[in-house]
Amino acid sequence: MATHTEQLTTEAAPTVRLRGLTRSFDGRTVLDHVDLDLPAGQLTALLGHSGSGKSTLLRAIAGLDHEVVGSGGLSAPDRVSVVFQDSRLLPWRRVLDNVLLGADGKEAAERGRAALAEVGLAGRERAWPNELSGGEAQRAALARSLVREPELLLADEPFGALDALTRIRMHGLLRELWERHRPSVLLVTHDVDEAIVLADRVLVLDQGRIGLDLAIDRPHPRSYRDPLLGEYRERLLAALGVTEDHTEDHTEDHTDDKNDKDQEVHQ
Amino acid sequence: MTTTTTTTTTSTSTSTSTSTTATVVAGSAGAVEALDGAEGSLAARRTRRRRGLAPGKRLPASRLTGPALVVVVWAVASAAGQLDPGAIPAPWTVLRTSGQLWSDGTLPTDILTSLQRAGSGFALGLTAGVALALTAGLSRIGEALIDGTVQLNRAIPTLGLIPLFILWLGIGETFKIAIIAIVVYIPIYLNLYSALSGIDHRFVELAEVQGLSKLRFIREIVIPGALPGFFVGLRLGVTGSWLGLVVLEQINATSGLGYMMFQAQNYGRTDVILVGLLIYGIFGLVSDSAVRLIERRVLSWRRTLNS
Repeated sequence: MATHTEQLTTEAAPTVRLRGLTRSFDGRTVLDHVDLDLPAGQLTALLGHSGSGKSTLLRAIAGLDHEVVGSGGLSAPDRVSVVFQDSRLLPWRRVLDNVLLGADGKEAAERGRAALAEVGLAGRERAWPNELSGGEAQRAALARSLVREPELLLADEPFGALDALTRIRMHGLLRELWERHRPSVLLVTHDVDEAIVLADRVLVLDQGRIGLDLAIDRPHPRSYRDPLLGEYRERLLAALGVTEDHTEDHTEDHTDDKNDKDQEVHQ
Repeated sequence: MTTTTTTTTTSTSTSTSTSTTATVVAGSAGAVEALDGAEGSLAARRTRRRRGLAPGKRLPASRLTGPALVVVVWAVASAAGQLDPGAIPAPWTVLRTSGQLWSDGTLPTDILTSLQRAGSGFALGLTAGVALALTAGLSRIGEALIDGTVQLNRAIPTLGLIPLFILWLGIGETFKIAIIAIVVYIPIYLNLYSALSGIDHRFVELAEVQGLSKLRFIREIVIPGALPGFFVGLRLGVTGSWLGLVVLEQINATSGLGYMMFQAQNYGRTDVILVGLLIYGIFGLVSDSAVRLIERRVLSWRRTLNS
């Protein structure tokens, strides 16, 4: 898997290049000399516990952290889009105007409409954001990020606030959009399954450093039930320090489930 | 009975995780068993509607119901001779008096004068309030210069400035308009400034990510986001302009609604005083409704939220 990454990096300059990135808040070090290359066109997921510095890293790459500059080498492209956990649509602008925030010209309006159509929101251009469901709002946010034709798409737990069914559909959409536009993607998530199903490479951030860099070499679309993905899952959980007890809990759940089904049959 | 309701609500939230599914299934199985006998009342319970806690649909013309009732009580009491006509004249007397005042030309002049005073004072106060709030809300230097000063100004009762303003500006129209402007600008400034400086930091981040210039950030995010707060201040300012007027028209005025009412006091004409109060009330109501109407138009994106 290391060779895989190396191949990509030698082919072209990485989209994002971090060298010794350090960030601390009030003496507490959140990022500790992080080195990271994100090759062009790769879909990477970044996993970590809450408070592990995932969002800090993303904000630094996005240029939103105004104090991180100078603390280490950081190069990121100009055309960066960010999708936040909340859709962050301006309630006083209609959906299309939200998608076009920061974009200019007639040609931009066309791209905005096209982006909305791509995420399945054609016909909702004139709707107000508070008329949209959570999933629709997040689609609009994705459309907004596409209009800028980003070289790098940063997504900070973009599906964290959605219900399970919507989330699965959004996974499909994200993957589809990525395949069509091929930006470099960094997806921050705390959901191991989400990372495995979507990403070609999964990073685990642990104690301010990249603790594990794992290439996931399975064809798409992937299924949650793929047994080979289970191996990746276990490695990632181990890197996240999730103890064996938890996995046992999980299997117990399944047996409980079966027992209940038996009971139901008896009823 | 209670167990039924709990099982029906929990079984809808099944999808979360396998472990909860397990307990829910077990729970509902038990509950169904227990409630086998009470099948009939269970169905009855399900069809019964919950008591709504929202106040329900608004009555038509609900805002006018209260005032209309007051007028009716007033008219009935006057007709029954329960009210001293010297203290509270009957509604028809008030109407007749306003007719007379209108036809002899004094009422139109008084109304026009009052409208001019309130209007100029309001326009001045609105301009000053908006300009100061924008300066203080959008720049740190402006904030340092302006905000403390206005907060100090707010602490001084504006009507207490009257003697000083008379000495500075003379006892003519200028000081009256200046005082009204001060009454108006304070609530407009306070509300707009707090709305501008309280802009959601998430939208600031969004603007940075989308590469907005400072000017576009202000125009497309800060200002529209501050409009709801501005309208709160605007409504207070409109009401304030009428409040200031009543007091100011006691001082060296030769026309205006306040002048008319204080003259009437000297001659014991309660009917004329009531005419003045009625017109103040109407103007206050009309101007407030006008602001509401503009607010509804401008903030149409909020309507979906309230409905």
